[in-house]
Amino acid sequence: MGGVVLVGVLIGLYVAFLTNGPTPYRPAVAGSGSAKSVSLTLETVAAVGPQLSPHENWVSYLVKENGVWHRSTVWTLPANSAVHVTIYNFDGDSGLRNPFLAQARGIVPGSFQVNGKPTSVIDPDDASHTFAIPQMGIIVPILGVADDAKNQCGYAPCPLSNAHNTISFTFHTGPKGHYRWQCFVPCAAGFVYGFGGPMQTVGYMDGYVDVV
Amino acid sequence: MSMWSSRGHGWRIAALTIIGIAIVMPLVVFVLGPNMPPGKSTPVAEGQVTDNTVLLAVMVPFTVFILVYIGYALWAFRAKKGEELQDGAPIRGHFRAQLVWLVTTTIAVLFLAIFGTAELLADNGAGGGGGPNPVAKPSGATIPVQVIAQQWEFTYRYPTYGGVETATLVLPVGKQIAFHVTSLDAVHSFWAYELGVKADANPGVDNVAYVTTKKVHSFQIRCAELCGLWHGYMFDTGYVVKDAEFSKWIAARQAQFQPVSKYLPKYAPSYSPDPSFRAG
Repeated sequence: MGGVVLVGVLIGLYVAFLTNGPTPYRPAVAGSGSAKSVSLTLETVAAVGPQLSPHENWVSYLVKENGVWHRSTVWTLPANSAVHVTIYNFDGDSGLRNPFLAQARGIVPGSFQVNGKPTSVIDPDDASHTFAIPQMGIIVPILGVADDAKNQCGYAPCPLSNAHNTISFTFHTGPKGHYRWQCFVPCAAGFVYGFGGPMQTVGYMDGYVDVV
Repeated sequence: MSMWSSRGHGWRIAALTIIGIAIVMPLVVFVLGPNMPPGKSTPVAEGQVTDNTVLLAVMVPFTVFILVYIGYALWAFRAKKGEELQDGAPIRGHFRAQLVWLVTTTIAVLFLAIFGTAELLADNGAGGGGGPNPVAKPSGATIPVQVIAQQWEFTYRYPTYGGVETATLVLPVGKQIAFHVTSLDAVHSFWAYELGVKADANPGVDNVAYVTTKKVHSFQIRCAELCGLWHGYMFDTGYVVKDAEFSKWIAARQAQFQPVSKYLPKYAPSYSPDPSFRAG
C-alpha cells in the first residue's frame, strides 16, 4: 500500500514538473472587432543573469509586462488581430546557417524597422537572432550589436542605455491555434555549434504562441 | 489412428490453417491491400501500396498458422474439469516438421529479398534516398529540387529556376522530380507522405530521391528523424499544381526573394556553413 502511494506521489510530481512551464504572458488588447491589436515588447539578451534564471549565462528572450522584464516565452495573443512587436536586442551577431532566413516574411507591410529604418533583409552574418513562427509563415531577422559597440550589456535585464538595436514590425495572427516559435540563429554560447541549452529549451530561445 | 493421435492433431491444424488462409488472404489482397498507405498519388506511392500488400500476403500463411496453432493448443490440450495436473509429454525433435518450417521460411525470406531488390530498382529507389549517386536512375528529364533541412524547418531550392529558395514546396504535375535532400545541422528525414518519398537529410550529403507527380493535390511533409526540441513541429504542406500555376508561382517567388538572393550561396549538392561564431 505504501509503495502504491509512493508511486502515485512520484507520478504526481513528474506531471507537475512537466506541466509547470513558463507563465503565459497575455498582452492587453486594444480596439475591438477587426481593429483589435496588441503590443508585444521583447528584449533579447546575451546572458539572462542570475535574477531571472538558474542558467545565468544562457541567451534569452524576455518580455516586458507592466514595465517589468520577465523570462516568459509563452504568449497568448488574440485571433485575427494586429500584433505590434518591438524587440530591443542587446546581443552580438552569431550568423544564420541558412542565409535565406535573413529576409523577413509574413509581416505587414513586408518590411520591418531596424532602428527606425525600413528593412526587408539583413546580412545573414550580422544576424543575432530571429523572431520566427514557422507555421504562421513569419520570420524576422534581428540585427546584432556591433562587436566594438561601447557600453554593452552584461546580465539582463538590460536598460536602454546599453548598446542595442531596436527592431519593430507588425504581423496578423489569423485564426485560433497553438504555434511554436523559435530562434533560427544557433546562438547558444558554449554548446556544440551553438545549438544546445537555450536553443533547445522553452523559456529562452523557444516558446509557444497561443492564438485565442 | 486415434482421433487424438499426434498425426490427427497435425491434420486438423493443417486443415484449419488452409481454411484460415482461404478466408484471410482474399481480404488482405482485395480489401485491405488497395487501401494500404501511402495511397496512389504517384507511381512510387502506388508501388509502395503493392509492396505493402505483397508483404502482408506473405505474412498471412505464417500468421494464420501460428494463431491456429496457439488456438488449437489452448483448446485441445486444456485441462479437463477435475483432471489432475500432470506433466506433458516430452518434446522430441520432428525432422519433417523442422524441415518444412526451415524450407518455407527460407523461401519466404529469399523471395522478399529478391522482390524487394527488384522493386527498388524498378521504381528508381522506390522513393527512398539513393545517396549522391543512386544505382537506379530514371530515364528522361528531371526537375531538380533541393530540400534543405535545418532545426526546425525545411526550405527548398530550385536550381533550374535561378536557384531561388522558398519556404514552401510546390511541384508541377506530370513531371519527374529529383529531390536532392541535405541538412545544415543535425540528421533529419524528408518524408513527403502522399508522394511516397522518404529520404534522410544528412549534413554534407546529397541524398537523391526520385518521384513523378501524377495529379494535382496537396501532401504532408514531415521530418521523420528525431532532431531536437521542435521535431514534432517540423511539418509542412506541399502542393502539386498545374504547369501554368507552377510557372506563375515560381516567378512570384523569384520576385519575392530577390532581395535575399545576393546572400544565398551558389547552388551546390550540399552546404557546410561555418560553425556558429559561438560554437562551443
